[in-house]
Amino acid sequence: MENNQSNAPADAVSEAVIANEKAIHEPLFHVVKRDAMPWYKSWGIRIAAVVLAMLVVALFGFVLTKNDPIAIYRVMIDGAFGTENRIWSLLLDTALLLGVALAVTPAFKMRFWNIGAEGQVLMGGLICAACMLKLGDKMSTGLLLLVMVVASMLAGAIWGLIPAFFKAYWNANETLFTLMMNYIATSIVSCYCYIWSGGGSGRVGIINRKTKIGWLPNLGSHTQTLNIVIILVLTVILFIYLRYSKHGYEISVVGESENTARYIGINVKKVILRTMLLSGALCGLIGMLLVSGTNHTVATSTAGGRGFTAIMVSWLAKFNPLYMILTSFLIVFLQKGSKEISTIFGLNDAIGDIVSGIVIFFVIGSEFFINYKLMLRTKKSGKEEK
Amino acid sequence: MKKLVAFALVLMMVLCACGEVKTGDDTNNTNTTTTAPASTTDSASNTDAPVVTNDTYKNVKFGLICLHDENSTYDLNFINGIKEAAQALGLSDDQVIIITNVEEGDACYIAAKDLVDRGCNIVFADSFGHEEYLIQAAEEFPEVQFCHATGTNAHTEGLDNFHNAFASIYEGRYAAGVAAGMKLNEMIEAGTITAEQAVMGYVGAFTYAEVISGYTSFYLGAKSVCPSVTMKVQFTGSWYDETKEKEAANALISAGCVLISQHADSMGAPTACETANVPNISYNGSTVASCPNTFIVSSRINWAPYYTYVINCVVEGKAIDTDWVGGFATGSVELSAVNATAAAEGTQAALDEVVAQFKAGSLDVFVCANMTVNGEALTSYMADVDSDAAYEADTELVKDGVIQESVYRSAPAFALQIDGIELLNSAY
Repeated sequence: MENNQSNAPADAVSEAVIANEKAIHEPLFHVVKRDAMPWYKSWGIRIAAVVLAMLVVALFGFVLTKNDPIAIYRVMIDGAFGTENRIWSLLLDTALLLGVALAVTPAFKMRFWNIGAEGQVLMGGLICAACMLKLGDKMSTGLLLLVMVVASMLAGAIWGLIPAFFKAYWNANETLFTLMMNYIATSIVSCYCYIWSGGGSGRVGIINRKTKIGWLPNLGSHTQTLNIVIILVLTVILFIYLRYSKHGYEISVVGESENTARYIGINVKKVILRTMLLSGALCGLIGMLLVSGTNHTVATSTAGGRGFTAIMVSWLAKFNPLYMILTSFLIVFLQKGSKEISTIFGLNDAIGDIVSGIVIFFVIGSEFFINYKLMLRTKKSGKEEK
Repeated sequence: MKKLVAFALVLMMVLCACGEVKTGDDTNNTNTTTTAPASTTDSASNTDAPVVTNDTYKNVKFGLICLHDENSTYDLNFINGIKEAAQALGLSDDQVIIITNVEEGDACYIAAKDLVDRGCNIVFADSFGHEEYLIQAAEEFPEVQFCHATGTNAHTEGLDNFHNAFASIYEGRYAAGVAAGMKLNEMIEAGTITAEQAVMGYVGAFTYAEVISGYTSFYLGAKSVCPSVTMKVQFTGSWYDETKEKEAANALISAGCVLISQHADSMGAPTACETANVPNISYNGSTVASCPNTFIVSSRINWAPYYTYVINCVVEGKAIDTDWVGGFATGSVELSAVNATAAAEGTQAALDEVVAQFKAGSLDVFVCANMTVNGEALTSYMADVDSDAAYEADTELVKDGVIQESVYRSAPAFALQIDGIELLNSAY
């Protein structure tokens, strides 16, 4: 595979390394970093990984259900695309997961481990629900929607800004901090659910079910369309922002090395605060879409774990917003498909996690083989493959 | 690297070959599994399914939406109920579709729509928070019947195809309470405890009507045979939390409770009782296998009669009750077998008598003369029966000296705190 010219020097170096090491000790195999691969090769490996993963899924499904792999795939595809409603639901779920993944990406690119998206989404959703409940009869629909968007983004931004502030000024561990903020957000939501349910069941129920005040309007005949369009627009904007803007460049530099950033005169504190403000605000916006555009209620389960799944979506796509469309689609497809397997074959829902786990294991594994190669303990291990 | 690739290719080919062979072998198998999801109307898959023994029900397709899966005893009870009803009516496997782990949000509406797409003409959801999303689907599909357990809105919603259902489980708890009271009497007679030490403990999930109505009826049942009994209640704030339920039971035992019952869905309280050798009245089914020395009796709701009723209504084209309440008479409320090792002598006979009275309609649970609130007799009780934004008490429940539980709506509405029961905490 390494007949690419650019790899030649690297191979020479690795051979030299092997030669040196052999004098002392030679392991069974060792790992060598690859140079950049051409895109078609790396994508070939990724696709091969997904194909292999699907084969393992089929084998696994066969062992459990005694059905042939084709039937299992058919059930999976049917679960995702079988009816018009399922397709819409697939698209909506993909869009919402993509939305949260987009939101966490700027921070991740900066190597700020924001695992608090769940809480930031919840806070956005909570404020959105508050606006729908309390301001519904006080202003026009257009103004209300605007207030909801601004308030939700602000809520998410504040929730993201608090850990960023402590990180920027006192280098507090952002991973733990954002995680803890999730628990606080969940408790606040649970508290307000109790208050708004009138001290009864702790469930708010569908807000303004009869009047539909504060509900995101339908674009065309489907409730999902506007959500999807908003998130697609957001994807393009974020792609341009990260790739071509000065802010995006600063984020990359801070992510690569804070010292370098400081050396070339980037205000690191400012970049951290600004980026987390953006990250949090986007999470807040997704919270608003979840409450006003999808569930029309708020509960501790509103974010539904998307804040964590989104991390995987973002990582798998290497923080590239356009690739994230693919990775979020893959994950939602797997969720829907394996849910269908469990329904049709009467299996436990856990099969969904297992299937997703298998596929993601292979995909992450393929990234390893794209970045590194294994050198076996043979005399001509370097040359043999040429 | 080449070796790896070659190995992967070989593996792929082998697996593909397996797949191919299997397709050839299991043609029948493939057909049954693929027609089920592919058919959006029920007729296609049913005509060639020989399993259906009864033609009357061949057009029935029942969709069940569960909050959790069969690991929760609550959902398991609904799942077992539909399996029992399906077997009794001769429904085939593809006439019952169960979707588990459906959250109380838009997911429920999507699941309901999906079940309609699959050709279901009855959709049933099992959790309180599913209700409004089911109503949303009911508005959209007037030709499909939507039924909801434990909900409160059907009688005010005015939809012909949306229905609430519950069971008068308070009668079951009252009967179980009688067994508890007899056990306490036995302890008093044996001199193990004094009459004043007849304190029961109750592990509850949440401090709202469903649980309050339950523990009050249990207490009244015990009091009907053991007048000196009092009760302490500890809430866990969760329907399923084994550790918390165990801790709550242990806390009650150390607070002097000599008998424990629970309204939550794990084995936490029964196993704590078995360890501490304290008698236990269980819920959701018999726990005698795990607790042979302490289990007395258990009450449970059986949903099969309701499922059967709804399916028959659909087949016969009759309207389904807006609020349906099953009891001992319909088989919706059941008592398990009494465990003679732990129960007081004569318990089975006494329970048979109580159940017979409930079946005949000659016994009331919430009799005002049997309870006081803050030391005062009860003459009027306004409860919030119609769910609205104001949460105001809107309905007088007292009629002829009896509180009319589950009469104006199927879900429990009794939420008074009567004397003799002490709440140690509260949880919502």
